Amino acid sequence: MMLASDIQVAQNIGFGIIAAVMVLAAIRVVTSKNVVHAALSLIAVMAGSAAQYLLLSAEFVAVTQVLVYIGAVMVLFLFGVMLTRAKLGKDVDLDNKGAWAYGAPVALLMLGVMVYVLTKGFKDTKISVSGKGSNVGQNSLLSDKIFSSYALPFWALSFVLLAAVIGAIVLARKD
Amino acid sequence: MLVNNFLILGAVLFCIGVYGVIVRKNAVLVLMSIELILNSVNINLLAFDRLWAESGNNDGSVFALYIIAVAAAEVGVGLALVLLIFRNRKTIALDDLSEMKG
Repeated sequence: MMLASDIQVAQNIGFGIIAAVMVLAAIRVVTSKNVVHAALSLIAVMAGSAAQYLLLSAEFVAVTQVLVYIGAVMVLFLFGVMLTRAKLGKDVDLDNKGAWAYGAPVALLMLGVMVYVLTKGFKDTKISVSGKGSNVGQNSLLSDKIFSSYALPFWALSFVLLAAVIGAIVLARKD
Repeated sequence: MLVNNFLILGAVLFCIGVYGVIVRKNAVLVLMSIELILNSVNINLLAFDRLWAESGNNDGSVFALYIIAVAAAEVGVGLALVLLIFRNRKTIALDDLSEMKG
């Protein structure tokens, strides 16, 4: 039976607004004629997904998203834009000529298949985003997981990051 | 809320990212589109995490954190490569790099 409290109107409205902003900003990332504007739109998408993570009561991942993506990765992107001397203002040479003619059908076909499969598979499976009455969003559980059953991937990841840092320095240094 | 809300949002962002990878010529913009794709995967993982959270299972959050870390490493190396290409050729247009074509 469906109770009135199961519908969660406020959460749905919030989700809809954030999702609309995210989709519009994402479209701007792939269509903008200005590299810096594309980077700024990407920041909007990242901030929107951090908000969605909060809605899914994954606070730690949301904060990590803000720190790593908006704080670090986007600064890296802006440095990349500047160091490759991208044209400031409009740049007409950012897209492959006529590529939208096969890019758009591929993307729309994929979207159609995925939406069909998802609506068929998950029909009206509900998630509760009220965050009460369970152990949801407890960071202690998350850290227990990372440092016990996922400890080996954690070590491997630290080596990946070390290799990436050294590799980036080796590749990008002048001599 | 329906879990499909989040899953379809992830699907839409994924497809926009794929469109960007196909259409864009500038290497930095292709990397940005790849970030869009990785981000949509994270939304999916966290939605599933919330779906099965009642049974005390929070593997989805762990996976999402690892994907964020791997994406950061990928951007670092990717932008270093782009800088190297720019330094050697004065361009980062991807269809100018056609030596592998026979």
